[in-house]
Amino acid sequence: MEKTVNQKAWFLVLPVLLLVAFSAVIPLMTVVNYSVQDTFGNNQFFWAGLEWFSELLDSDRMWDALGRQMAFSAIILAIEVPLGIFVALNMPKKGFWASLCLVLMSLPLLIPWNVVGTIWQIFGRVDIGLLGYTLDKLGISYNYTQDFFAAWATLIVMDVWHWTSLVALLAYAGLQSIPDAYYQAAKIDQASRWKVFRFIELPKMMGVLMIAILLRFMDSFMIYTEPFVVTGGGPGNATTFLSIDLVKMALGQFDLGPAAAFSIMYFLVILLISWVFYTVMTNLDKREG
Amino acid sequence: MTDVTASQSARRKAIPKVNGKAVVMAFYLLFLMLPIYWLVNMSLKTNEEILNVFTLWPRDLTFANYATILTDASWYMGYVNSLIYVVVNTVISITVALPAAYAFSRYHFMGDKHLFFWLLTNRMAPPAVFALPFFQLYSSVGLFDTHIAVALAHCLFNVPLAVWILEGFMRGVPKEIDETAYIDGYSFGRFFIKIFMPLIASGVGVAAFFCFMFSWVELLLSRTLTSVDAKPIAATMTRTVSASGLDWGVLAAAGVLTIVPGALVIYFVRNYIAKGFALGRV
Repeated sequence: MEKTVNQKAWFLVLPVLLLVAFSAVIPLMTVVNYSVQDTFGNNQFFWAGLEWFSELLDSDRMWDALGRQMAFSAIILAIEVPLGIFVALNMPKKGFWASLCLVLMSLPLLIPWNVVGTIWQIFGRVDIGLLGYTLDKLGISYNYTQDFFAAWATLIVMDVWHWTSLVALLAYAGLQSIPDAYYQAAKIDQASRWKVFRFIELPKMMGVLMIAILLRFMDSFMIYTEPFVVTGGGPGNATTFLSIDLVKMALGQFDLGPAAAFSIMYFLVILLISWVFYTVMTNLDKREG
Repeated sequence: MTDVTASQSARRKAIPKVNGKAVVMAFYLLFLMLPIYWLVNMSLKTNEEILNVFTLWPRDLTFANYATILTDASWYMGYVNSLIYVVVNTVISITVALPAAYAFSRYHFMGDKHLFFWLLTNRMAPPAVFALPFFQLYSSVGLFDTHIAVALAHCLFNVPLAVWILEGFMRGVPKEIDETAYIDGYSFGRFFIKIFMPLIASGVGVAAFFCFMFSWVELLLSRTLTSVDAKPIAATMTRTVSASGLDWGVLAAAGVLTIVPGALVIYFVRNYIAKGFALGRV
């Protein structure tokens, strides 16, 4: 759509601007403030310059957490996106069954995140959980609080359980918007199932899939509550992702300076990657429109 | 179904084809429902049964766990608190997002693209980064442990999302409608409420649904900003568990009850869910 230039539109944006400034800019400036100072309690602060930043960049702690975080986000995206598309392709198109599928699939999305954690914490326990009990009876040693592999597997399966439906629902909405004429044309050309997917369905889904990937990336990169409830970041530090490490540092040890420096770098990494996604997405939008 | 080769073969052997898709969906839904079934199952058992015998359904059916929650104010007030700040947050988010989304969808103005991305960056901000500064900010202005504090804190990610969703829906409304209304002598306010709002009603519903959803499921900020008076149910769960030495039955019952509001909301918007999740962009 052609947009007209109108500087008065700023007045319409003003409420949002003020609200978000209050709840984002002020806290963020507090963080910046802490990141360049040192404190010995009693509200006495000393200028520390970039000391915390250089200390953090030299230590392994943040790099390790960042590595684990990257690995986690990459794995869940690699599973959830193809699986979500696959599920969407198999969903009924209309009628009672379509409604039922939609309702049941949305259910995990509206469960509070710590309850999701609790559900899987119980589900995976060897003594009282269905999953843990079954695996144990099958002779597979499984203990997500002790074993590195089991902890990761549990968290990944939990995230797939929790969020694949989001990707599937988005892909489904994309598929629904394809007019029948496209399929009829493909039929006349005797296109194979794969070609229909590759040249009709995938391009039409691309816009919403980018939204799905952007949302899934952001949320998986910020994940805190679920792994905190299930594994508490353990065993050892095996599942200590960035947010868990940060909360440990800020609220647990009250190391304000390093925690603030950590926060800023954490935020910058998310911003950078999201900016890349966003640019790709808006370019796709333009090409379509 | 609409794919070509499959529908040709479907005519030849209709039954196996239908089954293929149904089997995939059945497996996926089974995977989704199993953990929830287990939670419900546990919530209907006594603690002795949970810990001592492994049963797929409650042998000794009991509603005592639910009774514990629904009769104890320190439990059920958690639900009330959560619902209050979720509703307040949804109302605030939609109210401020509506004019902003209109501006973004209709006009070019100085810095509009940067502003839009800056708004989105707040959706990307990890709550963990904001937990401590929020705590200090709201303590210093005397809002700590109030519903409004949590509602405002959740605006951090809900307002940008609401703007994003509403902008997508508004872009789909032709601009000629605005212009015709202005020619007919409508003022901006009257036009917006009388003509424009009904046109994007489904978009408002979808945005409200998302604000509700993300405010309802969030725990880190709501727990950090409350202690007693506005404590959300999610936080009540964690604390009572550690204090009473793992009362599994009550924990499961509380979990089931947190799923109920979400399930109700889904039921009401079921016909818009798919389009809603696409944020009006298909």
